[in-house]
Amino acid sequence: MFRPLSLLIINISKHNVASQIKYSTAILPRLSSEKYNIKRKSFGTINESDINHFRSILSENRVITDESDVLPYNIDWIKNCRGQSKVVLKPKTTDEVSEVLSYCNSKKLAVCPQGGNTGLVGGSVPVFDEIVLNFSLMNKVISLDDISGALVCEAGCVLENLDNYVRQHNLIMPLDLGAKGSCHIGGNVSTNAGGLRLLRYGNLHGSILGLEAVKADGTVIDCLRTLKKDNTGYHLKHLFIGSEGTLGVVTKVAVHCPAVSKAVSLGYFGVNTFEDVLQLYRNAKISLGEILSAFEMADNRAICSTVKNLKLTNPLEDYPFYVLIETSGCDEEHDSEKLNRFLSKEMESGHIIDGTVTSEPAKMRTIWNIRENIAEAGLHDGYVFKYDVSIPLNNYYDIVLLLRKKLEGKYTNIYGYGHIGDGNIHINVTVPEYSKEVCDMLEPYIFEQVAKLKGSISAEHGVGFRKPQFIHYSKDESALRLMKDLKHLMDPNGILNPYKVLPDV
Amino acid sequence: MARVLVGVKRVIDYAVKVRVKPDKSGVVTDGVKHSMNPFDEIAVEEAVRMKEKKLASEVIAVSCGPAQAQETLRTALAMGADRAIHVEVAGKEYETLQPIHVAKILAKLSQDEKADLVIVGKQAIDDDSNQTAQMTAALLDWPQGTFVSKVEKTDAGLTITREIDGGLETIKTKIPAVLSADLRLNEPRYATLPNIMKAKKKPMKKVAAKDLGVDLTPRIKVISVEDPPVRQAGSVVPDVDTLVAKLKEGGHV
Repeated sequence: MFRPLSLLIINISKHNVASQIKYSTAILPRLSSEKYNIKRKSFGTINESDINHFRSILSENRVITDESDVLPYNIDWIKNCRGQSKVVLKPKTTDEVSEVLSYCNSKKLAVCPQGGNTGLVGGSVPVFDEIVLNFSLMNKVISLDDISGALVCEAGCVLENLDNYVRQHNLIMPLDLGAKGSCHIGGNVSTNAGGLRLLRYGNLHGSILGLEAVKADGTVIDCLRTLKKDNTGYHLKHLFIGSEGTLGVVTKVAVHCPAVSKAVSLGYFGVNTFEDVLQLYRNAKISLGEILSAFEMADNRAICSTVKNLKLTNPLEDYPFYVLIETSGCDEEHDSEKLNRFLSKEMESGHIIDGTVTSEPAKMRTIWNIRENIAEAGLHDGYVFKYDVSIPLNNYYDIVLLLRKKLEGKYTNIYGYGHIGDGNIHINVTVPEYSKEVCDMLEPYIFEQVAKLKGSISAEHGVGFRKPQFIHYSKDESALRLMKDLKHLMDPNGILNPYKVLPDV
Repeated sequence: MARVLVGVKRVIDYAVKVRVKPDKSGVVTDGVKHSMNPFDEIAVEEAVRMKEKKLASEVIAVSCGPAQAQETLRTALAMGADRAIHVEVAGKEYETLQPIHVAKILAKLSQDEKADLVIVGKQAIDDDSNQTAQMTAALLDWPQGTFVSKVEKTDAGLTITREIDGGLETIKTKIPAVLSADLRLNEPRYATLPNIMKAKKKPMKKVAAKDLGVDLTPRIKVISVEDPPVRQAGSVVPDVDTLVAKLKEGGHV
């Protein structure tokens, strides 16, 4: 494992300048097109007159062309994918988005819509020279109805900012995820992001009341209503929720925000076996009922490596599994009585070995922090193969064990963690650096296993650039055919987020 | 073997955004999440560690405040304190409760309970007074070790490392003494479930300030509480020349 490194060092000393340049580019992820051997489709190539046209629509400083300025928009945050875009556009209004797209469509220029660029499947970065359409300047709240809880805002609003905003009106956002400090609501909607509150408030197909999107030809589709009930015609908004920017670009959304819970408690527990985790989940649903708002689990390696890599403190000793249970309600006394009764019972029955429980905001934040940082902490090991799958609960943890056996001696760490309440497990395989060998051992093996268990190969991360070739493990041929028809109908030139979601015929 | 008295204050949780009351008489506390002052948590942790090392025989947690102060005391008991004393101060009196009063209460209780060591946080994160330890030591006429980042038991008493400007100071003191805990003294534990359960059964005594002979008449009058000035928004300049010109204009270069 150390040999290639020492060779590299020798190389540097021999041919100083040349190797150093080589070394510095080696820090960048490899080009996605080379790494995954993709061929560019026959789109137009951007030229000076296109750039000038964009400048005329957007003004000078919202058209970014400087190579080093464009670079961050080309790389995803897990440093897996790197595109070759030459230009980033930052529209401020729906009209500008419409003008840009209609121009791109007429010139067959491919476009990659990008929110906070926190995606995990390479869906938010270009593959070749697609124009990056960045929404960070469309960040205004348009209205908030504090009686119905309907928030209307632009697509580029950062989730955490929205959460802080609606909290002033005793509401919260119906979704919460580790990337909340950077991710955009438009991206959340386009990818149907899940996260930590899904157990309580359901997914975005339920929470999004309406939206406005722009089709590939620049047509603005206005479905921006704030009604809970609206059975008039086809429910078109759903086409834009989770289609990852391949059918249209979301520019505004109306979100239903639930009331903030006045009494929140968080417990963090050590559990001996995975069977106990499941038993605990079953009992929590019965005993905690309507106040149960999150049920998360992480295995020992997930927590221990996170704590070690990020220098955090684990409130508990070492246990094979950790479970996080959050309750949210409106009456502290009632909720804590319920929780305490549940906890005493579960301690007695041995499902919980040890744990801590708190309703102090600062302590709760510290505990959530450990759970939310698992995704990031893996990067400290070098490279992370990330899988986000749904598996029926009885076999939920099997794949982690299968992978550890199959990859013995080839990995730094393999761990599983996730949203038990949603049947969604994240499996991370960390290695010192990307290796084709490990990749080939993992894929499609892991997807075959998931298909065998009747799970989904992508629970909440989406398909993006990384998984179109595996989508058939989760979707029937008939469904895929209709998806392709839809794509052709809405984006005949295929300019929106190409190379993503749907496999080529 | 020493008996340790620990002062714990219930304050607005540090993760909560504090809001000033419209009449500027103080900050909004109704319906706001509270927790134990973080520096007091460090004090409790240190006392409990002393007990675990058999340097202390008993840890008594004390809090002055309304009924909810008992929640803070339960937290101290769950961390490992043996028993608690709730000095009930409520309503108007609580609003004007000041370090001098708390120091008098702690001094009186130290004598009543025959404590050998008083440990408190160096300051509370709500009023940032940093006075209670010093005043308590003065009232008892005991030595004091403030801003403590390390405590070791030595034959004659304690060897204490203090955080001072630009460095550390090591002092020796006899006991009885009063200590105030600084941030680096330790990292407080999370109360574990079995201990949270046990804490419910630990004894908690309620006393009134006037039974301790402490007069709660305020010595300081708060005239006005105000938000810090709002940071002015920045602006984007088109190029370096404009930036330099702006900086010159503002007298920064």
